[in-house]
Amino acid sequence: MSTRHAGHAHKLYLHTHSPVHALPAHCKLAAVFAFVLLVVATPREAVWAFGLYALLLAAVAAAARVPYGHLLKRMLIEVPFVGFAVLMPFVAEGPYTELGGVPGLSGVSLSVSGLWSAWNILAKGTLGVAASVLLASTTELRELLLGLQKLRLPPLLVQIASFMVRYGDVIADEMRRMRVARLSRGFRATGVRQWGVLAKSAGALFIRSYERGERVHLAMVSRGYTGTMPVLDEAAATRAQWGGAAALPLAALAVCLLGWAL
Amino acid sequence: MTRTDSTGARSPQPADGPPPSLQVSGLAYAYPDGHQALFGVDLTVRRGERVALLGPNGAGKTTLVLHLNGILTAGAGSVSVAGLPLEPRNVAEIRRRVGIVFQDPDDQLFMPTVREDVAFGPATAGLRGEELASRVRHALEQVGMEEHADRPPHHLSFGQRRRVAVATVLAMRPEILVLDEPSSNLDPASRRELADILSTLDVTVLMVTHDLPYALQLCPRSVVLSGGVIAADGGTQQLLCDEGLMARHRLELPFGFDPGSVTVPGR
Amino acid sequence: MHVPDGFFDAPVSAAAGVAAAGAVALSLRGARRELSGGGGAAEPSSAVGGERTAPLAGLVAAFIFAVQMLNFPVAAGTSGHLLGGALAAILVGPFTGVLCVSVVLLMQGLLFADGGLTALGVNIVLMGVVTVVVAYGLLRGLLRVLPRSRGSVTAASFVAALVSVPASAIAFTGLYALGGTADVSLGKVFAAMASVHVLIGIGEAVITAATVGAVISVRPDLVHGARELASGPLKLRTVEVATPGGGAAGTAGGPAPAAATAESAAPAAAPAPAAPRSNRRMWLGGLLATVLCAGVVSFYASASPDGLEKVAADNGIDEKARDHDAAGSPLADYGFADIADARLSGGLAGTIGVGVTLAVGSGVFVAVRRRQPEDAPSGADTGGTTAGTARTGT
Repeated sequence: MSTRHAGHAHKLYLHTHSPVHALPAHCKLAAVFAFVLLVVATPREAVWAFGLYALLLAAVAAAARVPYGHLLKRMLIEVPFVGFAVLMPFVAEGPYTELGGVPGLSGVSLSVSGLWSAWNILAKGTLGVAASVLLASTTELRELLLGLQKLRLPPLLVQIASFMVRYGDVIADEMRRMRVARLSRGFRATGVRQWGVLAKSAGALFIRSYERGERVHLAMVSRGYTGTMPVLDEAAATRAQWGGAAALPLAALAVCLLGWAL
Repeated sequence: MTRTDSTGARSPQPADGPPPSLQVSGLAYAYPDGHQALFGVDLTVRRGERVALLGPNGAGKTTLVLHLNGILTAGAGSVSVAGLPLEPRNVAEIRRRVGIVFQDPDDQLFMPTVREDVAFGPATAGLRGEELASRVRHALEQVGMEEHADRPPHHLSFGQRRRVAVATVLAMRPEILVLDEPSSNLDPASRRELADILSTLDVTVLMVTHDLPYALQLCPRSVVLSGGVIAADGGTQQLLCDEGLMARHRLELPFGFDPGSVTVPGR
Repeated sequence: MHVPDGFFDAPVSAAAGVAAAGAVALSLRGARRELSGGGGAAEPSSAVGGERTAPLAGLVAAFIFAVQMLNFPVAAGTSGHLLGGALAAILVGPFTGVLCVSVVLLMQGLLFADGGLTALGVNIVLMGVVTVVVAYGLLRGLLRVLPRSRGSVTAASFVAALVSVPASAIAFTGLYALGGTADVSLGKVFAAMASVHVLIGIGEAVITAATVGAVISVRPDLVHGARELASGPLKLRTVEVATPGGGAAGTAGGPAPAAATAESAAPAAAPAPAAPRSNRRMWLGGLLATVLCAGVVSFYASASPDGLEKVAADNGIDEKARDHDAAGSPLADYGFADIADARLSGGLAGTIGVGVTLAVGSGVFVAVRRRQPEDAPSGADTGGTTAGTARTGT
């Protein structure tokens, strides 16, 4: 958290210049959302379709100059669900298949539909995470928030998100200072018996956060705030930019239709 | 001591000329939890004056400041700014006239970039385009931060953030600038730079501070808020030299500082 | 517990998205009312500038985000963290709670790819709406029955948080029945989800109750579930204004201005909110007992989430940044432990969990009820002064 700078860049953001970086955030948001939607709507039996999707994302990553290492590392967020998916064949219903051919594993039976479920979750989840990581890697936080607003997310919600982002670091910082203060006085969190102390910290953190919210509000009304933020930069996306962003979901649409047709 | 009618204004009021920038009379206030902070404050600040508001912790200084632009609504008494009484229908105009610089610049700088933050006030007042841009530019020039306009506030040093906070308020062209602890947490260099900036500004200033040398340097007049009322009012130098008064209100000068021997700038 | 893309089929995801959008829209309106009500240090004049939703909800969302990074050690190297839905609802009210959790989920999905974009609706419904509605409903219901005291609020918070987590798991099972893509029998999903989440609920409950208790002892006005504040009439003080060097009464060595202060209104004894000290000891006892129980019980659950966490750590996931979901991850809640375990122990852990919870819960309530007469009047200027100091420091 300490190195993430709200409002400017964030942890996943990768500072380079590329055609993908240059696209307006709302175009990218819409494109990624449409893409993921199409992926989810693809039948799981069309295994090759998911391969094509992966290729599409790889092409976007190349165009965005996002190194594959960065992409893969950030996708580790998914690990717990991989675990879930791996368990699926062992607990699912339906006909079981024997792992006869594998030495040492003969006698272990796996559910066929469980295998399909595992594949389904794994493939769609992974593609979804990869698309989100690409979006986050190529879009600054501030752009992302403006993009959400342009996509007709209620302005109040965008304001709340901006404040969360602006003060996330400030509050994480306060939390860190409280932790240092605890450690400096010999506190070691070893088990449930320390929960009382930690909960007190959480309580204090809440009070500080809320009071800061009040002070920020005072500072805002002192400068005439009545509930709406002045919109200063109204740059609409050009047709070309929309076209560029639409390339991904359009290609995905073709794949998805093929997946249903074949 | 006898009870006196608290609404009787004891502050000097000019017989003619422009109305005072700030006039507070009989102001009392209790927080929603019942804790009463102000017990009848009377204070007049004339146009162009620079006044320091001194007082121990818990005297009600911050509470008083929040009344000056109608953020807190007085339980009793009144506030008027340049002759305009603080009433619900005037609040928007009062807030434009009273520029408060809060103690923690992080509270004040809530926008993603310095420029947007400075523009926030004038933009909410309806300014757009070139007029807004020049207002922002001028305010940033006044505090010497024009080259940092496009940086996010949290990338600035604390002293720079405080200066930007002053700019956010200056951009609104206030009648009176209210500074809450302007020198707190500043290193000596930033503290001096801010003093240089403040002394060049041509506005009425009310400066809430614990930093007595700073008050002496910048404000010819000081008032002491103690126990929720104004307990002393006079020249800063005389006030700081009055040891009995200082001790009674828990005001202490830094070690080795003799306010009597200082030549106050500009007088 | 962040659901990824592809876990639920398209119709359920879309329906959940619509439901989530509706809930958020409703909450936007409700939060405005909740947050403009004041109760904080500064209540703005309602005429102008009463719009406090954005900064306050934003800061509370940042708090929820931060508190999810605060790890609570369980035992043997495992740790858990607060999900925060119940806590948010109790502290700032249900609408703001839904709003804050939703914004946190939105940003987690966009910035950390945590939780699928198409599953955002599902995630908001499960983690934002269900937990908040259940927790807040229970809180209000319990507070109607329980005596009016801070202890009751803390106890009600415990129960509310405790139930909110399994409720969310049950909602998950419901959605799964409608449109889960995995072919696992409903019974298994239900057993696994419910039992694991009862255990998680205990942790959530202890931490939530302790946190609410900590807030209530300092700023009771900030706890939405317990806003009972009294303010006395204003007093006026009159004092001679000393003119330094000028020889006013103050400087002439007469009675000090402090003594010269006269108060012109009878100080009506402000009824202070109760802060029962004896009660506190009882509470500590109860909490400690619960905590110990939770610790023992959680051993049952620790094995697998622990393992997962280790896997995540071994894979070199940036610890600091990922703290908030790697360690004691809400993802881990999904209960691999129990899917793995389910064959052996099925609902055993769940049964134990429920039993312990019921025992502790009812014990605590019996104790509170018995204490009731002592709670009511008790001086608590500590709360007031602390609040005052905190405020003047601002």
